[in-house]
Amino acid sequence: MKKLGVIAFLLVAGTAAFAAPPQAPGAQKSHTAQAASDPPQVALPRFRFENFTAANGLPNDHVYAVLVDGSRIWAGTDDGLGLYESGKWKVYTTKDGLAHRAVISLALDKRTGDVWAGTMGGLSRISGGHIDSFTQLNSGLSNDVVYGVSVEGENVWIATAAGACRLNLHTNQWSLYNERNTPMFEIWSYSVSATPTKVYYGIWGSGVLEYDQKTGKWDKYDDPDQETEMVLFKDQGLIHEIVTSVSYMEKDKVLWAATYFGDSRYDGRYWHNFLTKDSGLPSNFTNIVRGVDGKRAWFGTDKGLAYYDGVNWAVYRPSLKDGKPEMTVRDAAGTVTPISVTSAPAHNYILYIDFQGDDIWVATAKGLSHGIREKK
Amino acid sequence: MNCKFHFAAGASLALLAMALLSSSNRPVRAAEADTQSYASPLEVLLSPDGARLFVLCQQSGEVRVLNATSFAVVKKIAVGREPRGFSLSPDGARLYVTNSWDDTLSVIDTRTLTVSATWPVGAEPSSVVEDRAEKQLFVANRISNDVAVLDAHTGTEVKRLAGGRGASYLTLSQDGSRIYATHIYPNLPRVRTNLDNRTAPESEITVIDTARAVVVDRIPLHAIAGVFHLAFSSDGRLGVATEYHPKNLVPLAHLEHGGAFAYTLTIFGADVGKASVEIPLDELERYAARPFGVAIAPDKSRIYVSCGGSEIVTVINVPKLLQYAHAHPGFNAQDLSASSNYVVARIGVGHDPRGLTLSRDGTRLFVANRLEDTVSVIDTHSNRLASTITLDGPKTISVLRRGEQTFYTARYGFQGQISCASCHIDSTFDGITWDLEPDGFGRDIVDNKMLEDIKDTEPYKWNGGNPNIPTECGPRTEKYFWRSENYDNATLADLAVYVRSLPPRPNRFRQANGEQTPAQERGQAIFERTVDKFNKPITEYNRCSYCHSGPKGTNQKLFDVGTRRATDNSGLLKSPMLTNIALTTPYLHDGSAHSLEEIWTVFNPDDKHGRTNDLTKDELNDLIEYLRTR
Repeated sequence: MKKLGVIAFLLVAGTAAFAAPPQAPGAQKSHTAQAASDPPQVALPRFRFENFTAANGLPNDHVYAVLVDGSRIWAGTDDGLGLYESGKWKVYTTKDGLAHRAVISLALDKRTGDVWAGTMGGLSRISGGHIDSFTQLNSGLSNDVVYGVSVEGENVWIATAAGACRLNLHTNQWSLYNERNTPMFEIWSYSVSATPTKVYYGIWGSGVLEYDQKTGKWDKYDDPDQETEMVLFKDQGLIHEIVTSVSYMEKDKVLWAATYFGDSRYDGRYWHNFLTKDSGLPSNFTNIVRGVDGKRAWFGTDKGLAYYDGVNWAVYRPSLKDGKPEMTVRDAAGTVTPISVTSAPAHNYILYIDFQGDDIWVATAKGLSHGIREKK
Repeated sequence: MNCKFHFAAGASLALLAMALLSSSNRPVRAAEADTQSYASPLEVLLSPDGARLFVLCQQSGEVRVLNATSFAVVKKIAVGREPRGFSLSPDGARLYVTNSWDDTLSVIDTRTLTVSATWPVGAEPSSVVEDRAEKQLFVANRISNDVAVLDAHTGTEVKRLAGGRGASYLTLSQDGSRIYATHIYPNLPRVRTNLDNRTAPESEITVIDTARAVVVDRIPLHAIAGVFHLAFSSDGRLGVATEYHPKNLVPLAHLEHGGAFAYTLTIFGADVGKASVEIPLDELERYAARPFGVAIAPDKSRIYVSCGGSEIVTVINVPKLLQYAHAHPGFNAQDLSASSNYVVARIGVGHDPRGLTLSRDGTRLFVANRLEDTVSVIDTHSNRLASTITLDGPKTISVLRRGEQTFYTARYGFQGQISCASCHIDSTFDGITWDLEPDGFGRDIVDNKMLEDIKDTEPYKWNGGNPNIPTECGPRTEKYFWRSENYDNATLADLAVYVRSLPPRPNRFRQANGEQTPAQERGQAIFERTVDKFNKPITEYNRCSYCHSGPKGTNQKLFDVGTRRATDNSGLLKSPMLTNIALTTPYLHDGSAHSLEEIWTVFNPDDKHGRTNDLTKDELNDLIEYLRTR
């Protein structure tokens, strides 16, 4: 009874606290404030999107992951791993040793040039054009469904459907992290971002886990509202427990986290949360976040690709109404300006993002998109 | 034959007789004290000015520096244990030596002829090269299957590149832009099929971009297991690698039915064409067993290959070789008439010739005879032995040395096809599953086992059919393999003594302080447990620690652990020892399991191979962490 009373109080307090500010950033203004041909009020990147599908060499239209490796582009699809090089696609399949046809995560070992591919059936390493695969049967890998992979130094950090794990490339030792030895109470690990100082895991239903490389200790960040989908404690913690993606900007010591119910930014002291109602995020359902730095980030949602420059937002997508290419810019005041564009990502359902200089590569549910930055 | 040899042979015969009569083998064990200190030259190098000859001595753990004209010893420089490879810096100022049992790299100042630094490197470093810019060192680590990249000034390891299994030999391309790495054990099949333990081995030449220090290509070597030195012509247009081509898919015994190995070269490069070509060295009645070192004449007229088992250097006419290669692209291992087209000489040298090097003008070829403590000097104009440099080895040949010579020579094999060391590379194993006996195709497939530390673990063979080493090495080998010449009793006793003497190499998974990691501790508890996770007692024969008891991890008894295949004649198998088990992939009697994990995740559905199906993945990983320390 006492608990119910506390919850009632929190509900009232939360409503009072977050309904009040009349100038809340989320109070979006007219979507037609300016004509489409008018220049934008803020300068946000514009792209010409070139889209790849099975029709022009991509192994499959369902693209789960994309990785930029210099001038080479790796695409993890539902039917193999594609390598785009010198204008041509080369496809790796299970016949080449790939652990499974569906490639759902990718990472580059920048030191060795090896590519690590997380699949629905294990983890594969592509080195010098050859593939070695690790599974839960032939290795210490905790589970064959590899949602996330990140390489840092001599360690490969892996997010699987049955916990996190680490492969030390020097010792070939596997270390498993799960409910037995970390604060993870759900083991469905969705994403990992490894740096020399910290390793972050996004756990589906268990918030964000932080591993300190120096101390070897784990810490945990949860939604203060627990598993509810209410936001009672705005900017007081992670936006939601179902974390789909993490991206740590070590230089700025800022963590970006994406969930199915909004996104978060954490600078080590303060949290800031992003919801459609108070930001330019096109959807709270976010599959991926990729930080550019501590201030800027890209978000892949089920309703398009979004960019946040620390103040303003841009959204790139086929229009939800008619499918025509669309770009909108939302400024700090919440004013949304449509920008005239002639191309858009292949699909609104965005699953993965990577950068190639000023360009962006986007994995979508129906094709791979190359956003070529327009200089003007 | 001198008196001492007569005496030794007589003693050996007596020892053999006693060994065969006594299961304890005590007389043979007594003979193991009969040791001498040999140099065992493994590799040779000339200084850039040709004035000095560097000889890498494996057993004495030193580099001997000789005057290259008078062959007088200038200095003996002590390095680490079991040095395996060495190379000079581009300016010749430094000589780098890999110490394979110390996991270190010795840096020798070639001006002062002193060791200026000793740097820790990876597991079992086997060769080293420095880039032309003198910024990076590349070290092939045999046990960790990789190539380490070090800062050439500090020795600090920057990264490791995935190599082939048993990465061992490195060669810089002529222009310095690429490093080519070979490996001595075949890679595991990348794609599993129902014929997993019945596949031909696959190897590779790993190609590294020197400046970026990344792997850029892996040249496939089909049906090859055991790749050794590689050399380039001075114009960089021709690359040559020495290799073994095992015929493991057909019954090995008897050799007269088709042979167990072909010994070949893979040639590649602009002179060859887009695809590499496999070139046989053998000819009918005269195999070129265990090719190892290779050098190409400066004018690209000849290729020289040391063949350790045949105790020869094979001389190849390059234009004729290329003519043959262009006419016969692909794989030519089975053609025993091919070599007559391009092999122009077979020059007899000493026991187990290994590394070789040419003088800068190509007139003299130096060959290290590992088991004779000599270096042969060959006049390349006449293709004749010009002189033999002795390295002041013991005047008498010990039982152990004679046994080792017997182990490595192919002279007993039918047509000189194989030696013990053809399958037990460097006295270890070869990572291959074999169809050994003439009981039909595909019956009783067996994985080749490691020899180290096998003393007192009889019976031998997977089925426990051989009660002791003399039986294993003697009648069995003679009956099934050699088919041309039996060992005499003294020779067999020597061989048995040598095999029994093989020590285990250092275990790299144990911590230096002797303590266990938490995972290893947990794993040992699982290994030794007597009740399962449901508190049910585990029957004695279903505990890890029962069958794999004792310091070597075997109770030397036979069990059926549920791994019998329809093609196996029996399911009863001797529990194998666990010494350095982490290195001997694949596992189980027929090599079905590609990793330690698969022994239990795939091949133990009914808990017959120990009670393990109650374990979580974490716990199985812990068990494996412990096993890796055995």
